[in-house]
Amino acid sequence: MSDSNAPTKTISDFEAKLAQADKSVASFERDDRSLFHIVRSFLRTNPTTIPTLVLIVSIAAFGLIAPRFLGPGALSTVLQQITVTGIIAIAQTLVILTAGIDLSVGAILVVTSLIMGNMAVNLGVPLPIAIGVGMMFGALMGWLNGVLVAIIKLPPFIVTLGTLSIFTALKLWYSHSESIRNADILEKAPGLLWFGEAVRFGGFKLTYGTISLAVVAAIVWYMLNRTAWGRHVHAIGDDPDAARLSGIRTRRTLISVYALAGLICGFAGWVAIGRVGSVSPISFDTVNLGSITAVVIGGTSLFGGRGSIVGSVLGAIIVGVFNTGLSLAGVDDYWQMFAAGTLVIIAVALDQWLRRASQ
Amino acid sequence: MSDIEPILKARGLLKRYGTVVALNGADFDLYPGEILAVIGDNGAGKSTLIKAISGAIIPDHGEIAFEGKPVHFRSPEDARNAGIETVYQNLALSPALSIADNMFLGREVRRSGLLGSLLRMMDRGHMQKFAREKLSELGLMTIQDINQAVETLSGGQRQGVAVARAAAFGSKVIILDEPTAALGVKESRRVLELILDVRSRGIPIILISHNMPHVFEVADRIHIHRLGKRIAVIRPKDYSMSDAVAIMTGAMQPPEMVEAMAG
Repeated sequence: MSDSNAPTKTISDFEAKLAQADKSVASFERDDRSLFHIVRSFLRTNPTTIPTLVLIVSIAAFGLIAPRFLGPGALSTVLQQITVTGIIAIAQTLVILTAGIDLSVGAILVVTSLIMGNMAVNLGVPLPIAIGVGMMFGALMGWLNGVLVAIIKLPPFIVTLGTLSIFTALKLWYSHSESIRNADILEKAPGLLWFGEAVRFGGFKLTYGTISLAVVAAIVWYMLNRTAWGRHVHAIGDDPDAARLSGIRTRRTLISVYALAGLICGFAGWVAIGRVGSVSPISFDTVNLGSITAVVIGGTSLFGGRGSIVGSVLGAIIVGVFNTGLSLAGVDDYWQMFAAGTLVIIAVALDQWLRRASQ
Repeated sequence: MSDIEPILKARGLLKRYGTVVALNGADFDLYPGEILAVIGDNGAGKSTLIKAISGAIIPDHGEIAFEGKPVHFRSPEDARNAGIETVYQNLALSPALSIADNMFLGREVRRSGLLGSLLRMMDRGHMQKFAREKLSELGLMTIQDINQAVETLSGGQRQGVAVARAAAFGSKVIILDEPTAALGVKESRRVLELILDVRSRGIPIILISHNMPHVFEVADRIHIHRLGKRIAVIRPKDYSMSDAVAIMTGAMQPPEMVEAMAG
């Protein structure tokens, strides 16, 4: 402002002119109607489109390369292989939606299956109690991650890198680095193997574990999309300050996300026993990165706030399709890792592009 | 000349941060149905004043009375529950969520019956309908886009959604923090009209702004803050913008306060 009234006058004139301008207050018309923008906004609102297309194309491609791939045997194998990774990917999706990451999921899974196995097989505890205690410990470990992230305010990467080491040490200490053999489980607690059983139609084999993956996915999808809690999880990942100012109890919600992820990992611990038939303290050491790979390929953003459960399950299936497909095509194993890596990079690049579109 | 009671009144607010005195016995009065602008130089303590009123900080001393009753807000939620809504400068919207989701963020409505109580299912139909109604009331939208993500909106549209959210839930006072600061000329224009529209619904507004033309255009009274205190309250038609700035910076002796809004 200067000393005279002149600027005021000028501004008034200017504003008077403006008063003749379009009076409709902030209408919601969009002017970006080019094909390019339509595709981009469609992909943004339907993030599972791309993983769905990739899945269909890759199944078709591997079917052409190795016709055996389309047989019921190979497809059953894919689903069996991705069951545990898929369930862990659901837990991972929850955490990544809050713009976090959980590197300790695999360790939690192994600790809980060791607890279940040890209690049911070695200590003779009734099966439901053994499983309940195992899952409780899963939730407890997740809760610890959540407290460190939400209350102590440490970066999730560092927290879960630390708890990954801690839980790994605990599992080796608890198990004395010994496995629980399949024969012992069959004899004392066959219920631990229940998720390995399967319904068969034709040559197709669908394990209860895979069915449980679908059930867990449906429950978590419902929680994320149909409850207030789910909206809060998205909002926290999107903009934590905005979420707090909107009256969301961000710390409580964050802790609940990590605890629920831990609980799901605990459940996956039970499914994993059925999958491999025994409990080994050194199994499932690739499931951490496998779950992150599945989540990212499924279109969930590592920056939080956007993503989907369906996408993560599709992502897990895509990785399974590539692994089984490549091995049926007679390609060496390391190319499976090469393919997964390439998919991850493409998926993240795509996410960046979609995010830029939102600015 | 008027004996209308202020809806929101503060007396002798004091807030220290270490050795810095941010509020030094500040008074504040907001009357029903008015737009009160709060202006002050950077560091004058106006944002501390607003935070005290909106519950974001707790003053060391002093009283705040809302609708004639003393209140002690311990958090922004307290203030909001009492009916004081704040639209923050960064808007507190979640860009990836839809307009409807954002309007109900933190106060989602559940379905009735078991679906709501046991399964905690949200009543999305009701929330979308309500959001659409509220936005239409304020002339803010064409109908079909209530599920559009907020990130696809322009700055002015987002401001519109944030103001509509503040006005939609039976609030008694709305605090707007620099609503036009990030906007272009045309969008500012629309937001100012929106502010007048909200006032015409009888909701008093506290407008914090650096933009003198905007303040002088919409405010009924102007609260001038200087050195942690209210040093003057003026009516925009009695003074020029340069006078206001002179009072704000200490270059001019503050006039007597204007008590009521009508005149």
